[in-house]
Amino acid sequence: MGTMAVATPVVITDPIFTQTVQARSHEPVMRCFYCQKCSIGCPTAFAMDYQPAQVLKMVQLGQKEALLSSRAIWLCIGCETCGARCPNDIRINNVMDVLKEMALEEGVKPAEKEVYALHRSFLNSIKRFGRVNEMTMIAEYLFRVPLKLLDELGVGLVLIIKGKVLHLWSAIEERDKVRELYRRAGM
Amino acid sequence: MRYSYYPGCTAETTAYEFGRSTEAACEALGIELVELEDWNCCGATSAHSLSLQLNYELSARTVGLGQEARLDMVVACPGCYQRVLNSDHRLRTDEAFRHEMEQVLGFEYNGQGQIRHLLDVLTNDVSLEAVREKVVKPLTGLRPVPYYGCVLVRPPALTGWDDAEHPALMDGVIDALGAEVMDWSHKVDCCGASLALNRSDVVITLSNKLVDNAIEAGANCLVTVCGMCHLNLDTRQKGQNLPIFYLTELMGLAFGSPPRDVNKWMKKHAVDGRPLIKSLELV
Repeated sequence: MGTMAVATPVVITDPIFTQTVQARSHEPVMRCFYCQKCSIGCPTAFAMDYQPAQVLKMVQLGQKEALLSSRAIWLCIGCETCGARCPNDIRINNVMDVLKEMALEEGVKPAEKEVYALHRSFLNSIKRFGRVNEMTMIAEYLFRVPLKLLDELGVGLVLIIKGKVLHLWSAIEERDKVRELYRRAGM
Repeated sequence: MRYSYYPGCTAETTAYEFGRSTEAACEALGIELVELEDWNCCGATSAHSLSLQLNYELSARTVGLGQEARLDMVVACPGCYQRVLNSDHRLRTDEAFRHEMEQVLGFEYNGQGQIRHLLDVLTNDVSLEAVREKVVKPLTGLRPVPYYGCVLVRPPALTGWDDAEHPALMDGVIDALGAEVMDWSHKVDCCGASLALNRSDVVITLSNKLVDNAIEAGANCLVTVCGMCHLNLDTRQKGQNLPIFYLTELMGLAFGSPPRDVNKWMKKHAVDGRPLIKSLELV
């Protein structure tokens, strides 16, 4: 008598999470039938802990904790290759963005500390001046992750020598309006 | 031809030469660019990564700044282009968002100007024939691969680009300049973009793959219209020494911009493209 394969029961951990992600991203995540075109085309998938198709599957299964603490959501660079190729018209990058937002709201420490540090420094620079000021952005970034200085010294020097980053920057007039937008977004 | 113009932050800093050569190329073609007054940053990848709301609203202000002029808005940076396009689409389709933005930012949305990328304007408004007519120094001997990068063509539903996997708009312009466009399969692959300083290991892998594939395709240079792509491809090579040019620099060169200006742009690159230009007797 042969052994019968026993299917592992699928456990939907947090059904509300699935609905929340769907509502906030406006993306039809339940349509995903796991063709994996997104995972195959994703340029940063090789560095991710969960591939984009896996991320969608985990959203469907309500695996909130694993997703919010994943590296994958921070390594998505928003190139939109996945969304452009998805046969079900799911713009997965929007799902990734919502997952990052939720991680921050729930106080989950970003699994890619440096990625978060750069985003935050970049946005703080705009909050101050209305435009990006590379000097203050990089200063804040290195304050947040000092060891990165060693990694990026070479490229940093090239940029300085070529006169690409040390521009004096005049702030825009309507900084108050930009700050109002930040206030509204809770940033 | 008159357009509103949103240069974006990089046109003043890391992509300074892209900004200046864009202005020079447009002037040569009789395109009048009216710079938006007091424009702000689009927030790029960072805004949509940490707050979708902030991302939509920062670029809503940009769209708002252009409303009164009722002109199409030219954007050269693909990042800015995509962010502003997204916000404009939302202003057009989401009434509650539109009303809120009009109140918070103090503008009236009439939706009369379209958000256009420079390549679209060059091809569809100016026409490739007009570009060709302006050429005083055909770029004979230059064999670039056209590199569009990621966000210029995506999402296809919003950009309406000719082809999301194999776009040809830039190919047409390069051809009109007299250079030989090299075909390759990596036109819309990503260079690693915003991971430039935080996960440079990823950027080094992706960018070098592009550079190697360009060389394999028989190219002697690569052409881009993105400051971020340029930064990654230009500064992260492992000795391949492949010059990375902005399309607009090549336009300036072909249209006969003063050699001093061309030099001022090209000396900003980590991989010096001037020896190649010189060996082909283009300067």
